[in-house]
Amino acid sequence: MSMKPFQTLTSKTLVLTQTDIDTDQIIPARFLTTTSREGLADKAFHDWRFDADGQEKSDNPFKGIDMSTHRILVGGDNFGCGSSREHAPWALKALGVEVVISTKIADIFRSNSLKNSLLTVEVPKDIHDLLLDHPGQEVTVDLEAEELRFGNHVVPFSTDPFARRSMLEGQDSLGMLLQAVPDIEK
Amino acid sequence: MTAKTLFEKVWERNVVTPEEIDRPAILHVGLHLVHEVTSPQAFSVLKERGIKVRRPDLTLATMDHSTPTLPAGADGTRPYATEAAKLQVETLVQNCADHGIELLDFNDDRRGIVHLVGPEQGRSQPGIVIVCGDSHTSTHGAFGALAFGIGTTEVGHVLATQSLFQRKPKSMRINFEGELQSGVTAKDLALAMIAQIGAGGASGYVLEYAGPAIEALEMEARMTLCNLSIEAGARAGMIAPDQVTFDWLRGRPGVPADYDAAVKEWSQLYTDEGASFDKQVTVNVNAIAPMVTYGVSPDAGAAVTKTVPVAANEGAEEAYEYMGLQENTSFEKIEIQRIFIGSCTNGRLSDLRMAAEVMRGRKVAPGVIALIVPGSEQVKKDAEAEGLDKIFLEAGAEWRLPGCSMCIAMNGDRGAPGEVVVSTSNRNFKGRQGEGVRTVLASPATAAASAIAGHIADPRPYLTGEAA
Ligand code: SF4
Repeated sequence: MSMKPFQTLTSKTLVLTQTDIDTDQIIPARFLTTTSREGLADKAFHDWRFDADGQEKSDNPFKGIDMSTHRILVGGDNFGCGSSREHAPWALKALGVEVVISTKIADIFRSNSLKNSLLTVEVPKDIHDLLLDHPGQEVTVDLEAEELRFGNHVVPFSTDPFARRSMLEGQDSLGMLLQAVPDIEK
Repeated sequence: MTAKTLFEKVWERNVVTPEEIDRPAILHVGLHLVHEVTSPQAFSVLKERGIKVRRPDLTLATMDHSTPTLPAGADGTRPYATEAAKLQVETLVQNCADHGIELLDFNDDRRGIVHLVGPEQGRSQPGIVIVCGDSHTSTHGAFGALAFGIGTTEVGHVLATQSLFQRKPKSMRINFEGELQSGVTAKDLALAMIAQIGAGGASGYVLEYAGPAIEALEMEARMTLCNLSIEAGARAGMIAPDQVTFDWLRGRPGVPADYDAAVKEWSQLYTDEGASFDKQVTVNVNAIAPMVTYGVSPDAGAAVTKTVPVAANEGAEEAYEYMGLQENTSFEKIEIQRIFIGSCTNGRLSDLRMAAEVMRGRKVAPGVIALIVPGSEQVKKDAEAEGLDKIFLEAGAEWRLPGCSMCIAMNGDRGAPGEVVVSTSNRNFKGRQGEGVRTVLASPATAAASAIAGHIADPRPYLTGEAA
C-alpha cells in the first residue's frame, strides 16, 4: 500500500486568513462517524461552506474557486490545532488540497498529513504575510529542493528527512516499520 | 552520569531503535487505547494486508464517542444519533472480536471515556509509552507515562507492530509557584497556563509540570491538568510519579503483581537536579482565580471576575461576533442557556463532588438546561453511592450514562445555535458542541454555579454559602 509520490507542484493559492484553524473547522466532529476514508470532500470545511439547510453560505471562502487549479491552501498562524483526527487531511485531500502553508502547523496534524501525501510547509512571517495578501498567487512547491518559488521569491523550507523521502518516493510507512522492527517483546 | 529529565528517562526506557538523521526513533508502546472513531480505517488496513494485531494484551478498547447517553428502550434498542454511529460501534465490536482485543462494551461496568478507563483499570502506569487515536491521551502523563495522541495511520502501525516511528520532541518545564486558592481548581490552573503561553505555545514540546502546587494536587486533578496539555499545542504533558500516584494505583486490576518492586522502579522517574530543558516557564499560582474562556480558542481565558477584554486583533473581533460578546462586559453579566459537566477533562468523581457541593439544595435557573455526564461507569457507580445523582436531579439537572457526550457532540447530545454553554470540556472551537453553539470553558464548580445563577458565575460564594 504505497501512497502517491509528491515531488513538485505548481498551483494557485487559496487563502484562509483566520488564525488557529482547528480540525473541528476542517471537518466537524459529526462527520466522524464514518468507518471509511472515502467521501469526505463535501465535509471539508463544511460549516464554512454550507448552512444548516445545506445551502451554500454567501461568505463561503471556497465559493467559485476551481480546486483543480488551487491546490495550495495558505492558512493563518497555528494551522491544524485540536483533535488528532486523520479525517482532517483525508478531507482536505479529497477536496483537492495538496499543500498547506502557514507559519506554524500543529504537530499531530502535520504528522497525519505527511502520512497522506499532504505536504505541510512552515514559512517565516514576512513570506506568510505576502501570501496572505495575495490570494490566487501561483506558487511552485518543490519538495526535492525544499523550496517555494513565486514571483521573485525563493523560500527554503525544511521537512523531516524521513517524511520527505517517504513522500518523494511514495513509500509505505507501515511496510518500513514492519521491516525495521526487530523482536521487541519486552 | 549526566542529569536527565523525567521525559528523557521515560523516552530512553522505551526506545527500540534510536533516532538517525533520516529515520525517527522506534518507540515501544506499553499501552494502546482504542475507541470506535479513529480505529476502523486502521483495522481495515490490517485486514487488507492480512496482518494480525501484534499485542492484544497491550491493547484495550472502549466505546465512548458515538455512544448514546440516554438508556436503551424497553426492547433494548439504544438511541443512536445516526445509523452511521451505530455501525461504527458495531464495527469496533467486530474488530476487537477478530483480533482478541479486550473491549469494555455496554455490558461491562468498566466502560467509560478512554482516558478514564486506562487509569481506573491500573493500565496507565509510570514509565511506559501510552498512545491512542485521540489528542487528549496526554491525560495519562499524570502518572509519569509518556502519553500522546496519534492519527489513524499510526493506530494501524501500533496495532501491527506495537511500536511507532517518532522524533524526539523538545522539552519544557512549567514551574507552578505558590498554592491554589480555595474554590480554584486544576481546570483553572490549566486555563490560566494556556492563556499565558498560548494555544500554540508548547507546539513541539513535551511539558513537565512541576513545583509545589503540582505536588499538592490529587491524582484526578493532575489528570485534568495533563489532559489540557494539547490545548497549549504540546505533544504531551507529564508529572513525576510520587506517593500520591503510587497510592492511587495500588490495588487496581492492571498493576504489576509485585507492586512494591514496581514502586521502587517508578520512584526513579523524576527530573535529576541540574537536568536541562529546552525551555522553562513559571506560572504564579497564587494569582489564579476561577477562569472562563471568551473566544473560540482555549487560550482566550480570563478570571471570571473580570470583563471581556478589548479585542486584540481581527481574529478576536470575529470570535466575539461568533460568541455574541461585547468588549468590557462583565463575565458575570453573560446569560447562559446550558451547562455541560463531564468529559475526560472533568468527568471524574472529584469533579462531580465539587459540582454537587454547589448544586446541593439549590435549583437550576429557569430556562437553563444542565447536563451532567459521568466519565465512566465506575464514576457513575461511585457518584450514585454517595447520592450525588440525587443532588443533581433535585436541582433540576439531567444525569446521564457515561460517554463523551457534549464534549464533541457526535452522539446527538448538543446545544442549539446561538446558545451559550458553560462546559467543563476542553475545546471551545466554533461548532464543537453543535453548529453555532457558544462554548465557555470552565471548572465543574463554575459550570454548576452558572447553572444556578442563569448567568456566568463565580463559584466561590456558592461554595462558602454566601450565595443563596
Ligand atoms: S471526552 Fe472529549 S476530548 Fe475526551 S476523549 Fe471524549 S471527545 Fe475526546
